[in-house]
Amino acid sequence: MPGPGVAAYLILSVILFATGAFGVLIRRSPLIVLLALEIMLNAGNLALIAFARQTGTGTGQIFALTVMVVAAAEAVVGLGLIVAVSRRHVALDVDKLTTLRG
Amino acid sequence: MTNFIVWVVWVLAALALLSSGIAVVLFQNPFYSALALIGNLASLAVLYLLLAAEFVAAAQVLVYAGAVVVMFLFVIAYLGGRADAPWAGKPSPQSLAAIVAAAAIAVEIVVVIALKAGDQLSTPAQIEDSFGTPAEIGRLFLGDHLLAFEVTSIVLLVAAVGGVILRSAVPRESRS
Repeated sequence: MPGPGVAAYLILSVILFATGAFGVLIRRSPLIVLLALEIMLNAGNLALIAFARQTGTGTGQIFALTVMVVAAAEAVVGLGLIVAVSRRHVALDVDKLTTLRG
Repeated sequence: MTNFIVWVVWVLAALALLSSGIAVVLFQNPFYSALALIGNLASLAVLYLLLAAEFVAAAQVLVYAGAVVVMFLFVIAYLGGRADAPWAGKPSPQSLAAIVAAAAIAVEIVVVIALKAGDQLSTPAQIEDSFGTPAEIGRLFLGDHLLAFEVTSIVLLVAAVGGVILRSAVPRESRS
């Protein structure tokens, strides 16, 4: 009996990506939108690492590590923006944040 | 027998992954969402271990569960975890459209992969024991992928400076 192949990991990754996309679309709190974005990035990482195992080269793992760094940077800047918005006493609701100055 | 154990671990990790991912999206309290994200990242690390990516699994736990989620929890605690209830009342057209769009993305990816890959996905390559170890990752980073490594350090520097600037910005009305 063979172990789980790359197709099984890819299906998992697709379902996880769709979950994250659903969260980004449906939630109104920017904090949870950021959390769902992390889920989408991690689904991409899972596919990259599954392909790295499939082809037997380490390049996919390097790519996944780089994605991880970009995700950390994105979380820093995104959370900074959320804190800056909340200091101006604007409602934390992505449907209401429609103007950049104000 | 080893493959049976691998399947058991895979199924458990996959169930934990999907259920915690759905929990992140569905919890009303952002604090619980961030805690569910830790479970999501930990089960992903288990899957990375099954894919012979030891270093990425360790980095995942350290960087994500150790640093990024803690930062999320700090910000949620600072802002006071306000609950928002997207499913109160009857389903809005926006939520129905979100379900359709997410399902469309999933179907689209599956169709594209199935069309492009065909039967190339059946047999994984033979790998050596050194695959995915820190030594191998370091050799790749400082050899073939040196540019990515250096650009990564610039990205981190810009993010650190940006975070400091964003958080030290004073609202206009309270300036003297």
